[in-house]
Parts: sequence; C-alpha cells; structure tokens
Amino acid sequence: MHRTKVKIVEEALDANNTIARANREDFDRHGVRVVNFMSAPGAGKTTLLERVAGDLPGVRVGVLEGDVQGSMDADRLASLHVPVTQLNTDPGFGGECHLDANMVRSAMHELPLDEIDLLVIENVGNLVCPAEFRVGEDVRVMVASVTEGEDKPLKYPLMFRTCDLVLINKLDLLPHLDVEVDRLLHNLDAVHPDVERLLVSARTGEGVDEWRTWLTELVASRSGAAV
Amino acid sequence: MHELSLSGAIVNTVVKHAGDRRVTVVSLRVGRLRQVVPDTLEFYFGFVAQGTVCEGARLEQELIDARLRCDRCAHEWAIEMPAFWCPACGTSDVSVAGGDEFEVESIEVEEAACTAPR
Repeated sequence: MHRTKVKIVEEALDANNTIARANREDFDRHGVRVVNFMSAPGAGKTTLLERVAGDLPGVRVGVLEGDVQGSMDADRLASLHVPVTQLNTDPGFGGECHLDANMVRSAMHELPLDEIDLLVIENVGNLVCPAEFRVGEDVRVMVASVTEGEDKPLKYPLMFRTCDLVLINKLDLLPHLDVEVDRLLHNLDAVHPDVERLLVSARTGEGVDEWRTWLTELVASRSGAAV
Repeated sequence: MHELSLSGAIVNTVVKHAGDRRVTVVSLRVGRLRQVVPDTLEFYFGFVAQGTVCEGARLEQELIDARLRCDRCAHEWAIEMPAFWCPACGTSDVSVAGGDEFEVESIEVEEAACTAPR
C-alpha cells in the first residue's frame, strides 16, 4: 500500500452551479424571470412581496417559498391569489439555513411555469449561507431593514456584494431609532459601489411603487422570451 | 452553518475523483471572502465523511487573502476590510483578483501496491 497525491483543482460548489444552470435554462425556456429574494429573518421579505405580488400590471407572479418549517408565509401570500409553492428545507436534522439549486430543482415540476412571467424565490432568512448558493436566478434582490443597524453591509459583504438590488426597508421606524440611513448607504457603497437601492416602507407604502416598477421592468427586459 | 452543506460538496467532489481508493488527505483552497469558518468546516467534514472513502481523512485548508484589481488603472492590492474601490485612482470599477476561491486543490489516496487477482 502506498500513498499518491492526486491533483484536482475543482470548485467544490461546481455541482450546485451546474444544477443552477440547468434550472436557469428551464426558466428561460418558459420565458420566466427569476428573483432570488434574500434577507435576515424579519427584514420584511414576505410583506414586501405581499405589497406587489397581486398588483404588477401585466405581470403574472409566482412565488416559491423557502422556509425551514411551516407554511405561514405561503399562507399569507396565497390569499393574494398568486400561485405559491412551498419548499421546506428540513431534510431530517433541523432544516437547512438556505436554498440550494437542487432543492429548487426538486420543486420544479410543481411550479406553474407556463402560467407565470416572474418567479420570486423567497429564500430562508439568513445573511450568510444563501449568498453562497446560486439557485438558477436572473437577479438577486435583498432586503436590509433599518432596524438591523448601519453596519450590516460591512459584516455580511458577500450577501451585499452579490445583490443586484437592495431594498432599505422599515423607513417609517427611523424616528424611533438611532440609525442614520446615510451611514447605512455609505457602508453599502463601500461593499458594493453604485448597487441599485430603493428606500421603502412596506408598512406605509413609501417606495413601493418604485419596487413595483423595478420588477415590471425586469420582466419587460426579457430577451428572446416567448410572448 | 453553511459549512455543513459545503462539507457535503467537498466530499462529493472528492468521492468523484477517488473512486474506491481510501482518502488520507484533502487539500482545500479557501478564499477569505467566502465567510467559511475553518474549525467549523473541519468539524462538519469529519461528520459528513463518515461512511465514505473520506472517513478519517485530514482536511488541510489553505486560506487565500482577499485581493482586488482595478479595472481602470490595473492597480492590485490586498484588503482587510470590505472596501471595493481603488485607492490609487478612486474608481469603483474593481474586480476580485483573489479571495473568493472554494476549491479542492488535491487529495492524497492509498493505492494498492499491486492489484490482487480477482
């Protein structure tokens, strides 16, 4: 018996990325735009979706709801009469902290891809793990609420760095907080200069029209999609 | 705790290359931008490796510093804090030149000295 060194040099997440590409091809074939929607727990993802999902002019929305346990979020969204598919991440020992490409693949046959133009994949609330795993999305949108503090972009750079849009939520709470939005935006620019951002309040509706417009334009920008 | 999923990805990658040979060492290159906690990864790796050819293998992790390169002036520098703009010319057109790796670099396997007749 002797020992041999074998050179490999292979991205360990290649398998995930390959499945993510297959998912993306399936979505493209059906002309569906896909948003990977991420944030810390309680930042307001579901509420911001509730605000727009049933009310996007000319855009049929579907939601894939990732949760460690339960269907509370899916139940909330189903009342808006948009198709919601539930994906629980509990594989047997406590529930995964993120969605990966294979989990989304496993739900593919349940998604009404012929009946929607936009699929929002609501990821598990977490600022670390979801950033590592592509699931087949076109864009990544994250919610950062002002109650989380000004320093979060510096603490979770991978998440903030890989997003295409950052929704700064809960603006209505600013009078009650020692948080300055300018400092938050300054930290965001340090990590991801010039990334698109919208200042919103899911509660009062401030900025929600702009969020709706952003999603509508995302769908309109589909290239070569079947009409 | 994504180290659990990452450990699974490492084991799958290694098993693909090792076949039925027992693995004694797995060498990884891990960029500092990847938010991987080395001790946690090692703990989960030992756990996930059980029952595979990786069981008992030592996990070696080479940590790669985060480096950026300016797309305008070609200046290249290492960063300690996340600040993605060029200190030389001030632009934010910068690319990651190193630090986002997460790859299996090599493995060490046990080979039988000669193949026993079947």
